[in-house]
Amino acid sequence: MTRVYVPRDSAALSVGADHVAAAITREAAQRGASIELVRNGSRGMLWLETLIEVETPHGRVAYGPVNPEDVASLFDADFLSGATHALSHGLTEEIPYLAKQERLTFARVGITDPLSLSDYLAHDGYKGLKNTLAMAPADVVQQVTDSGLRGRGGAAFPTGIKWKTVLGAQSDQKYIVCNADEGDSGTFADRMIMEDDPFVLIEGMTIAGVAVGATQGYIYLRSEYPYAFDVLNQAIAIAEQAQYLGENIQGSGKTFHLEVRLGAGAYICGEETALLESLEGKRGIVRFKPPIPALKGLFGLPTIVNNTISFASVPIIMDKGGAFYKNFGMGRSRGTLPFQLAGNLKQGGLVEKAFGLTLRELVEDFGGGSASGRPIRAVQVGGPLGAYVPPEQFDTPLDYESYVGISAMVGHGGIVAFDDTVDMAKMARYAMEFCAIESCGKCTPCRVGSTRGVEVVDKIIADDNRAANIELLRSLCDTMLNGSLCAMGGMAPFPVLSALNHFPEDFGIQKKELAA
Amino acid sequence: MSYTELYRDLVDLPGALLPIFHRIQERLGYVPEAALPEIAHQLNLSRAEVHGVMTFYHDFRSAPPGKTIVKICRAEACQAMGADALVEHAEQCLGTKMHSTSEDGSVTLEPTYCLGNCALSPAVMINGDLKGRVTHARFDALISEAKGVNP
Repeated sequence: MTRVYVPRDSAALSVGADHVAAAITREAAQRGASIELVRNGSRGMLWLETLIEVETPHGRVAYGPVNPEDVASLFDADFLSGATHALSHGLTEEIPYLAKQERLTFARVGITDPLSLSDYLAHDGYKGLKNTLAMAPADVVQQVTDSGLRGRGGAAFPTGIKWKTVLGAQSDQKYIVCNADEGDSGTFADRMIMEDDPFVLIEGMTIAGVAVGATQGYIYLRSEYPYAFDVLNQAIAIAEQAQYLGENIQGSGKTFHLEVRLGAGAYICGEETALLESLEGKRGIVRFKPPIPALKGLFGLPTIVNNTISFASVPIIMDKGGAFYKNFGMGRSRGTLPFQLAGNLKQGGLVEKAFGLTLRELVEDFGGGSASGRPIRAVQVGGPLGAYVPPEQFDTPLDYESYVGISAMVGHGGIVAFDDTVDMAKMARYAMEFCAIESCGKCTPCRVGSTRGVEVVDKIIADDNRAANIELLRSLCDTMLNGSLCAMGGMAPFPVLSALNHFPEDFGIQKKELAA
Repeated sequence: MSYTELYRDLVDLPGALLPIFHRIQERLGYVPEAALPEIAHQLNLSRAEVHGVMTFYHDFRSAPPGKTIVKICRAEACQAMGADALVEHAEQCLGTKMHSTSEDGSVTLEPTYCLGNCALSPAVMINGDLKGRVTHARFDALISEAKGVNP
């Protein structure tokens, strides 16, 4: 019996993993080969999808990208014993893209069957919760604080401080809410965790619930992720069955219930207060702060709202200790970040590394340069509200503070590369257009500013009173940056201004004119 | 007809409105205008509130969609790999514009902003199935396949 792995991650499915799995089963039956087909998560080397693996005495051997028509030749080459083939990459763990990573949050992703609780337990799963249940709540919060973990959704607020506030709040009912509204282009780490290791998210949220005394959790999941919805619901049912969720968790007397709720295509619901409104069944309109959600959150009660990756990073912190996690990273950016390489790159995928590496390492060493073979001209870091970074800045270390220093943001770690065919004025226009489409409408700088922004960029492109309109665009960006209620309008100027400052020639002006 | 039967089990959920809309759309393909007063009554909300929520979210449709629903990602990572050209190609070969349904009712074309498949862009979703590395030729093949399944 040979074990063969074919991923069930939706990225793999999107390029035919189910067809590959079916072809392997069919071919094995015809040839009388005895195999056990495991549907694992993705290893995150997405350009190699569908990446299949075969278990051998030396370790798992990788083949990819495999299409259904390659399957017969794989059998001919005796891939079941790990033999070489044109699509062979040798031992999976030795592929440099994977070997160079520091996988903490994604330790199990791609290795295990996402819906096998026994796999999860065999790979250090639920050790963090076990430790948590034996500790005082304040000590749990202290471990999370000591780890240096900061909100992985992009805002980078210290997770432990948020937890401490909720722990200290007096209320009969508190809530744990996972922000799984991963709407930024170029990000898919949340999706991969939910589809490929759902128990780690469930465990992280359970730890949060136990730590602050909340008995109800919600995962607010974007509707664009139907596969994640299915996997999470199945995983929650399995965890309930095994008493890892529900009443009296593992005989501890603690209670934690978890439910998945679907968003409905509104980008703004990734903003935590709009998300809470949406969970309450209302329009996703941003709330004024204060009061902060930690004190008055869901249904007006104390609520922890954390990003998916923040929660998913907690189990390893509670397993190995805050000091272990803090040992990774640089400056005030501790631990690791799952960077997501996307757009025009030869080797797109997920790279979990400690903070402090450079964009050049990500784009050139891991990414292998552009997919088109043309020079990379700009990289947008941190989603649609993140700055466009030019090659001159590729050596700035990726940590929260260094990026703020170049008027950019690390955010959620999404990396979208563009080659030299990109028109940066068009991208600036798009940033304003996207803001206009997705603005919740509550504050004027965002609601009106974004629409005016599109018009002004159009005039600049059309050379209609260009110099004056560039000045107007800068003034408008200043108003949005300083006057918007939340990060939507407050950060939409970053891609616009970075495009204008680094690529003025696309707006019809020379760099020296800009300086003058 | 009464729509309440479709969602009676959801009425007591905290924040039930979105789950109710999702349920109705899952069953009927859209949320009929006529369902809104009933929902307002069931949840003890004003009709204006229910209408406001329904129209705030991009997902909810007020009219039946085509038999095949095609969503094309228009966000940055897909743009970097030619999504704009794919949209033009799709509009031409499906005979319909973004945000609309073809005259024969066979296809609805909608934009989406990120499907989370940014390393395998351009990405599209056809009847809920995610597809990656969608060249123009692959798009045509996927559409034929989808229409074959839903003639």
